[in-house]
Amino acid sequence: MNKLKTKSLLTSTQMILLYVIVAFCLVVGIRQPAFFSPATVITICRAGIFTMCFALCEMVVLISGGIDVSFPAIGCVAMYVPMYIINRVTPIDSALFAFGLAILIGLLFGLLNGFLVSILRLPPLIATLATSSIASGGVVTLLGTREFTTLPDSLQAIYNTNIITYTAPGTGFTYLLNVLFLVPVLACLGVAWMLRYTMLGRGLYAIGGDKNAARVAGFNVRRLQFFAYTFSGVLTGATAMMYTVLMHSSTTSALMGDEMIVIAACVIGGVRITGGHGGVLGVVLGVVLITLVQNNLNMLGIPTSWQTFVVGLIILLGTIITSWQAKRSSHGKA
Amino acid sequence: MADEVFLKLKGIKKSFGGVHALNGVDLEIRRGEIHCLAGENGCGKSTLIKAISGVHRVDEGEIWIEGKLCNKMNPIDAINKGIQVIYQDFAVFPNLTVAENIALNGEVKNKAKLVNWKEIHRVAAEAMAQVGAEIDPDVKLEQLSVANKQMVAICRAIINDAKFLILDEPTTALTAREVEKLWTVVRALKEKGIAVMIVNHKLDEIYQIADRLTILRNGAYVSSGPIHEYDQARFTRDMTGRDISQEKYLPKASEEEIFRVENLSLPGAFKDVSFSVHKGDVLGLTGLLGSGRGEIGEALFGIEPAQSGHIYLNGQEITIKNVADAIHNKIGYVPEDRLTEGLFMDRSILDNTIATSIRKYFHGIKLDKAAMEEATDRWIREIGVVTPSSKPAVRTLSGGNAQKVVISKWLNTDPKLFILNGPTVGVDVGAKSEIHAILRELAQKGIGIIVISDDLPELLQNCNKIVVMRDGRVAAVVDNSIEQKELSDLLMGRAE
Repeated sequence: MNKLKTKSLLTSTQMILLYVIVAFCLVVGIRQPAFFSPATVITICRAGIFTMCFALCEMVVLISGGIDVSFPAIGCVAMYVPMYIINRVTPIDSALFAFGLAILIGLLFGLLNGFLVSILRLPPLIATLATSSIASGGVVTLLGTREFTTLPDSLQAIYNTNIITYTAPGTGFTYLLNVLFLVPVLACLGVAWMLRYTMLGRGLYAIGGDKNAARVAGFNVRRLQFFAYTFSGVLTGATAMMYTVLMHSSTTSALMGDEMIVIAACVIGGVRITGGHGGVLGVVLGVVLITLVQNNLNMLGIPTSWQTFVVGLIILLGTIITSWQAKRSSHGKA
Repeated sequence: MADEVFLKLKGIKKSFGGVHALNGVDLEIRRGEIHCLAGENGCGKSTLIKAISGVHRVDEGEIWIEGKLCNKMNPIDAINKGIQVIYQDFAVFPNLTVAENIALNGEVKNKAKLVNWKEIHRVAAEAMAQVGAEIDPDVKLEQLSVANKQMVAICRAIINDAKFLILDEPTTALTAREVEKLWTVVRALKEKGIAVMIVNHKLDEIYQIADRLTILRNGAYVSSGPIHEYDQARFTRDMTGRDISQEKYLPKASEEEIFRVENLSLPGAFKDVSFSVHKGDVLGLTGLLGSGRGEIGEALFGIEPAQSGHIYLNGQEITIKNVADAIHNKIGYVPEDRLTEGLFMDRSILDNTIATSIRKYFHGIKLDKAAMEEATDRWIREIGVVTPSSKPAVRTLSGGNAQKVVISKWLNTDPKLFILNGPTVGVDVGAKSEIHAILRELAQKGIGIIVISDDLPELLQNCNKIVVMRDGRVAAVVDNSIEQKELSDLLMGRAE
């Protein structure tokens, strides 16, 4: 029995993912010894911030049995509107205002998604596609397409706050890890706790597993769906403003297209697209792998133009492993 | 104590949009008894269960629970009174562990905000100990067999002080051994004073387990009593309202050959199979699981075609390499699993009936709707599908009716050979005999009929010729004058 459990632990999705990550690092490291340096860790941490946050949004929705393809558009609105107001209407120099408004916008669109899916019972893909178009089209029509690249002082202050400063001994380059890195870290811990130790979290798994059974068991299916989409919206809003701060840029299209990479990170991490499966650890590993590939392919001498292609391969591989494991676990029934 | 009444129903009536689903049902459940509720599909069993569990409110009649009148219950009230229903789909969570599946509902009910994993494991272990189930509490439900999923559902039902457990057709997907295990658990519950009502219409199983029996027909109460008061004849009469003929099928011998196979072989499945079907024959094809009986059917319909041998239909040799060949040669096939392979469950009776013959109804690019409706209505009448119209989705039909739709679909293609794999599995007594009658009639009309089945009484009664398969070869061809014991010996390969 114990042997069996150890074996299934060693071949779990997370472990396989870890093997792949280690293998990738070894290959890159052998070709480019410079890869094994604290600088790499900082770079990856910094580069993965947004993907990680968005992946948490997507994961919560996927576990509940839905899908959210609207977060890039919602994020764009959430980063653009506050910066538009600050730059063009009235210069409110307040980080609280910027983040508050971004989160509020995310919340409203999240509620809209929740309404469409749980009350009107639209298929989640269609509902969030509609929300995506409404958000993205609406903001462009009403506020135009500018790019804001200067931050008010309060946001600039956040940009200037780093938790790790590392100067590479050889090159003298300085690598900085911004304080906002703590957001995905705390969010991961929070979401992991929520999923494992609260009835809210178990409810999300329950409705993702079998809506009807969940209803019979007394779970409030609508409220849980509402929660999933609203949570996604809120975290998306916050992440979008983080993007503006860290990238010094706010446009109406900055995040568009991110949904594919984010869904990929989730699926590779063991979140099933059909709902009810997956967890934070797997998604973190999925994000790490995707971020590694996005940032280090050139170190292997593979041109950056191949990046999307390789990511596609990884998605394929990840999905094959997941479905293979699902098949294996439904075989040999106890 | 044993005779103390837990639940009493008097004259329960319930109708949906003018249709009387329940039309005067009486039922009495005593503490600690095992009660079977029998009746053909559509007799109102499901509606009755929903009335008892508070899902439907009754129009007329009285529901007494432990001596109290409880006509206005909702599902939560019913659960609080100790009534638990296990539906056929069990309503379990495939993606959660055994322990969670057992204990989570209780946590929801207690309005818990946080999950206490220790408590969940304790509750699950306690429930499993009560019914004597031994399942790893950390395994996810999707990894369990149907029987174990059912065990989990039973464990979940009894943790909340259940006094009355309703099992809706619990044995449908179980093997004989699993049914035995289930009965052990049910008897253990009875020992604890829990009343159990089992919805079932298999008489042999009812004899194994029930103390008392209640039979419904067309939404109305027919009879009730201790199990020893029922014999086969009374049981089927009360279920169907008529005496079902047990007469064997003995057609007039005909020289006219419809269908013949010679030395049909498919490596790994069957070898050198030869037999012929004459006009009027209903040919039975039987054998144990793995004997090749099912594979022959699939080969003749081109699903997994034979690799060598000859097939003759009406005197002409035909080749069947795929399903299109089979359909082209006017061969019809009713698969074993009609729900997934034979029907579009969410489409209407009409759509299903014309699905295979849709080409007939094209005039250019236009479909002749009127002709389609006419054909469907004709089959509904002739085959006797019980439905108000051709509009309802097949999902809403009972097993017997759904099977009739599959048959209609093929008859609408004017088949010359009709292969039916397990045609009456999951079909109740009345509909079963109707389907048999249809097959006899078709055979008389000159359509070749091959029935693949392991239901020996059914074969002996309805097939005038039986091909017995063993280990991929034809072990014997017999007529239906032999005894069931002999046939079963042939199947097993026991020396005669």
